[in-house]
Amino acid sequence: MGYKFTEEQKDIQAMVRDFTKKEVEPRGREMDQNGWCHELYQKYIETGLQSTPIPEEYGGAGLSDVECAIITHELAKGDAGFAMAMEISWVCTDMILKHGSEAQKQKYLSGVVDGKLFAFCLTEPGAGSDAAGLRTRAKKQADGSYVINGSKAWITNSGIADYYVIMAVTDPEKGANGISAFIVDKGTPGLIIDAEEDKMGMRSSDTHGMTFDDLKVPAEALLDKEGMGFKMAMEGLDGGRVSCTAISTGIAEHALDIAKNYALERVAFGKPIAKHQAIAFKIADMAMYIEAMKLMLYDVAEMKASGVRCSVQAAEAKLFAASHTTQICLDAIQVLGGNGYSKEYNVERLMRDNKLMEIGEGTNEVQRIVISGAVLRK
Amino acid sequence: MKILVCVKQVPDTTEIKIDPVTNTLIRAGVPSIVNPFDACALEVAARVKDVTPDTEITVLSMGPMQAKEALTECLSVGADKAYLCSDRAFGGSDTLATSYILASAIAAIEEKEGKFDLILSGKQAIDGDTGQVGPEIAAHMGLAQVTYASEVSVHGEDVIVKRESDQGYDIISVRKPALVTVVKTAFDPRFPTLKSKMAARKVPIQVITADDIPNIDLSRCGLKGSPTKVKKTFTPVRNKTCVKIAGEEAAVSAAKLVGMLADAKVL
Repeated sequence: MGYKFTEEQKDIQAMVRDFTKKEVEPRGREMDQNGWCHELYQKYIETGLQSTPIPEEYGGAGLSDVECAIITHELAKGDAGFAMAMEISWVCTDMILKHGSEAQKQKYLSGVVDGKLFAFCLTEPGAGSDAAGLRTRAKKQADGSYVINGSKAWITNSGIADYYVIMAVTDPEKGANGISAFIVDKGTPGLIIDAEEDKMGMRSSDTHGMTFDDLKVPAEALLDKEGMGFKMAMEGLDGGRVSCTAISTGIAEHALDIAKNYALERVAFGKPIAKHQAIAFKIADMAMYIEAMKLMLYDVAEMKASGVRCSVQAAEAKLFAASHTTQICLDAIQVLGGNGYSKEYNVERLMRDNKLMEIGEGTNEVQRIVISGAVLRK
Repeated sequence: MKILVCVKQVPDTTEIKIDPVTNTLIRAGVPSIVNPFDACALEVAARVKDVTPDTEITVLSMGPMQAKEALTECLSVGADKAYLCSDRAFGGSDTLATSYILASAIAAIEEKEGKFDLILSGKQAIDGDTGQVGPEIAAHMGLAQVTYASEVSVHGEDVIVKRESDQGYDIISVRKPALVTVVKTAFDPRFPTLKSKMAARKVPIQVITADDIPNIDLSRCGLKGSPTKVKKTFTPVRNKTCVKIAGEEAAVSAAKLVGMLADAKVL
């Protein structure tokens, strides 16, 4: 890849690669079975990596979206669910950084530096990619506070988060412009965490539905102004889609790594199967797509870092990476044959994990709507 | 309290291959790492610093300019200062010449920064595996030494060392200043933090050349100062006299194995 990382970025890459090799990857299979690993999270926050995008005045490292993409990409080579849990917290810190009051920044950004975790509560049972169809309602009270009622679905980190960014309708008349965002601390009465989802993949991440039952929050919980929620969510999704690209790219590289090592060792018809063209060509295609994913990933991360609007490019990168990585995982399983179908070889897990990348933060179809809409508008 | 840790940059031997024709190491494309035993020695020092925060840790290496990378890595996991001994005159040194140069360099550093209370190094480097340089530095400097330490703690003027041996371990108390070589410890070296990693790049690495060491005897350095001559390097022939006992019940196979071992007079 021709993309030029700075010395500092190379340092961070090497650091996360080492951490992933030693701490994340060895836990991958166990987390797939047992879910979220608090011990791993503790080790992660000791490295301070969670503070990467937080400005220095709040105790962070003040680095850009490129460094965040590097970290998510490298973590995903070990375990995609863990990488996703970490980057979702950054979607929220990014919103607070751009739209939060000084008091909100002081409390929540510094909190993340100290190891606190965010959950982003947008999706509802009846509104996923159609984010403007939200039903959760926040009613303003006479004293300026809000009372939130409704429910959310598929909320990553919801059972383990310290803070929640909740999207709710404040003015039903205004459609998308009537949505507002609120920051709520865990343990607030009326904030109910429902049963954990029994997911196909990404099982190392913690996912629940949520119910808000007369959840009362003060006026200071409002992020930015009323009606800004949808705009912020869409901006947040741009970042989320860059991260999804990073996660899929990491999964694809992990799959290639497993397939390559297996193909070089497994002998059939008198030679390693890597010497059979049917297998070698699969490996070639995997490498080609991965190279393209990396180029798209760091290009769009660079765009986002420099403040250029990148909704279309993020959609393109995510769609490309997510769909090709699913195929790469299927091919990797095929290279391993029966062993690929066994959990012991870890590669079937990668396929299950990546399937979410074709659904979450906008399905493949929604990405195509975004892309075609932009192309056809011209 | 001042601690010096001697580290070596080595090729990652888990990745290394030997050229079957020339019998030399294929070093191209092999990543360089901090010798793992030296990384343990640095962790031992960092743990002393965790308990006694006014401890200052200096790392010292000898090698080409590329070894600065290894020192920068050390600076991200506990070291405060770093020195690199690098000079054409030092190239080709065996363990005797290396330890002489390092001991002379340490004397020059101490001249500037004061005496070290404790000098640590790994028990050996994973490339040469001699295990001689640490003890030889102690001999050149006239320091007390303890080898094969798995734990080190400092109590006033005493350094308490848990020394591994084939039978178990000894607990040894030694007066400062002393030199201790460290085995693979039960604890892993710490990970750098994002901040320590970023700060490490900003610490200048001070290079020591032959000119910076007063009174160094150049006839004791480099190839000239090395009595060790490598006569031949070769890959040992693989002895493939492996016998597979297969296709029988476990108990039958085990009995057969015991019989074979008894015949070979191993049992």
